[in-house]
Amino acid sequence: MVSLSLRETGEYRRMNQMTQPSITNEVSPKKSVTVEEPAADGYQTVGEVRCKSPFIVAENVDVYYGDNHAIKHVTLEIAKNQVIALIGPSGCGKSTFLRCLNRMNDSIDSARVTGRITLDGQDIYSKDLDPVVLRARVGMVFQKPNPFPKSIYDNVAYGPRIHGLANDRAELDDIVHTSLERAGLLKEVKNRLDEPGTGLSGGQQQRLCIARTIAVNPEVILMDEPCSALDPIATARIEDLMDELSEDYAIVIVTHSMQQAARVSRRVAYFHLGHLIEVDETNKIFTNPRHKLTEDYVTGRIG
Amino acid sequence: MVSGNPSSRARVEAGLGKRRRREIIFRSFGLAATLVGIFFLVAFFWTLIAKGASAFAQTFVQLDIEFAEEALAPGGELDLEFADFDSIARTALRTKFPEVTSRNDRRELNRLISVGAGYQIRESIIQNPELLGKTVAMQVPAAANVDMLIKGNIDRNVPADQRPLSDQQIHWIDALVADGSLVKKFNKALFVNGDSREPELAGIRGALMGSFYMLVITIALAFPIGAAAAVYLEEFATKNRWADLIEVNINNLAAVPSIVFGLLGLAVFINWIGIPRSAPLVGGLVLSLLTLPVIIIAARAAIKAVPPSIREAAFGLGASKMQVMFHHVLPLALPGMLTGAIIGMSRALGESAPLLMIGMVAFIVDVPASISDPATALPVQIYLWADSPERAFAERTSAAIIILLGFLLLMNLAAVIMRRKVERRW
Repeated sequence: MVSLSLRETGEYRRMNQMTQPSITNEVSPKKSVTVEEPAADGYQTVGEVRCKSPFIVAENVDVYYGDNHAIKHVTLEIAKNQVIALIGPSGCGKSTFLRCLNRMNDSIDSARVTGRITLDGQDIYSKDLDPVVLRARVGMVFQKPNPFPKSIYDNVAYGPRIHGLANDRAELDDIVHTSLERAGLLKEVKNRLDEPGTGLSGGQQQRLCIARTIAVNPEVILMDEPCSALDPIATARIEDLMDELSEDYAIVIVTHSMQQAARVSRRVAYFHLGHLIEVDETNKIFTNPRHKLTEDYVTGRIG
Repeated sequence: MVSGNPSSRARVEAGLGKRRRREIIFRSFGLAATLVGIFFLVAFFWTLIAKGASAFAQTFVQLDIEFAEEALAPGGELDLEFADFDSIARTALRTKFPEVTSRNDRRELNRLISVGAGYQIRESIIQNPELLGKTVAMQVPAAANVDMLIKGNIDRNVPADQRPLSDQQIHWIDALVADGSLVKKFNKALFVNGDSREPELAGIRGALMGSFYMLVITIALAFPIGAAAAVYLEEFATKNRWADLIEVNINNLAAVPSIVFGLLGLAVFINWIGIPRSAPLVGGLVLSLLTLPVIIIAARAAIKAVPPSIREAAFGLGASKMQVMFHHVLPLALPGMLTGAIIGMSRALGESAPLLMIGMVAFIVDVPASISDPATALPVQIYLWADSPERAFAERTSAAIIILLGFLLLMNLAAVIMRRKVERRW
């Protein structure tokens, strides 16, 4: 079965399950989900949450938005130099989990995070850690390209400027150029660095945002559905870029596209209703999921 | 889909006429409403200009003024206290009508020139002492009633006891017109003088300066305070019951009748703090309070309208809250905040009720030289003039309204230019 391609596996499973009366009789796919829903507490994630030489370690993380328990007891380790994809249906908590990693949830008054998340051994929710420092180490790329309404140059230079990373103009120029180069954008914008960043195409804007993020020289890059607003060609460029960047950074990507997860990531974590259901190497998740919910999702039954 | 089913298609087509009729009716209602608005706007401007335009010109009498040494400098030196400048003007007028001898007639003749004539003669000799001993042709202001007759605002066909000019006076005026002694000139007095009991000498300058000082104080206080409050409430204050209470109260304050702010100013600034009444300082403070809610509401809306993605991007890069505010949110919100400030300023400029409560409705002749001198404001001046019985104040009231509107237009223009400049940077 492992040797089967993804699509064939899905087809095979679907056909296989057709024969089971409990599923063939279902009216909506959701019904089977409720039956399988894990208990609120003490759910044990299937697969391998641990990894070799972890860089980010999340232990028993719970997130509440007011009364809403958005993330339930999630434990996950993330290593450097690899891409991990967080997948799952809408509202499953994958974006919330991602935003815990650079404390972007801080700005939401009602959000409360418990448990422990460490970055290179340091508790990122400890009182002595300023989120400013954390976010300089953990960069983020958002779903919709959001360049500042400034010039291309100023967009990339903003992070180094506020953190005082460059001593003089020449150094700053250098950072801007290398960042644009690494984001694969330099060739296209070399001659118009002083034009507004908002004038670029969607794919270029997203690469500009990536350049802006790596200009700060972070250790981790979080990507929240970075390609969902882009066409397939721009998406392919960004995916190539992720591949290159993974040599230097730990990359955590939230995606709705399972093809994308399969293409770019080495590990995949599947979230469902706030639970981390299953974590494993990418090909294992897609070809041989251990949990029923994961299987339903990757075969297109839910989500 | 519709064309596929003949019966439903027929129904759609049958109802089409009704739909179109409704659309036409709806459109014509909108058009009618717009036309009504335009009609009243045009009517407003037309009456205003028709009534007020004549106030920008003023009738002057051409007289040969003799700066006689015996009248001005009996001791050889110019003696301003001794000199009777009014009588010099009157003498000059009487030389034109040698036949007038009786005391009564002479008094009537004297009424044709303004008391401003004496001031003008006095000013010219002070500025130019060489005139002493010479006779100079000068144009001195005519009395307001002469001006009114020339402009046709006094009807010479009504019985003499129903008009402010006697038959004799009209006869003299005609004679002056005939020999070209009555000239119409630009009414400089309207712009350089303060208020006066004499319409031909009354000017808008005092009120204009009063309004200007008040607006400077208002913008200097209300904009920074309003912007700071808006930033705090929008970005830093925790959203709880207190924040809601404050928000409701600010919204309510924006709707509080302005006279209440005048009472507040009277109680706090004048009676308690002891700032002199009628001063633009108090007026400016009261108008600041009046415009603050408007500015806060507009500024909060402008801050709210900044896309959250920009904030997230900045936070994501590790910008602190201050940096996000000053580098991204405020520059983007500034045009909206400026618009709010201008709306507030326009309201402040047109406000008269609160000024009545703090004594800015007084008759003040001097042009205020500082924010603590007694002053009036443009709308109050308009009110005062509209209330005056003299005919000549009617056209001046309209002229003052035109000036007020011009001031407003200028302010809004400045705001638009400023807004453009701020926007272009982004």
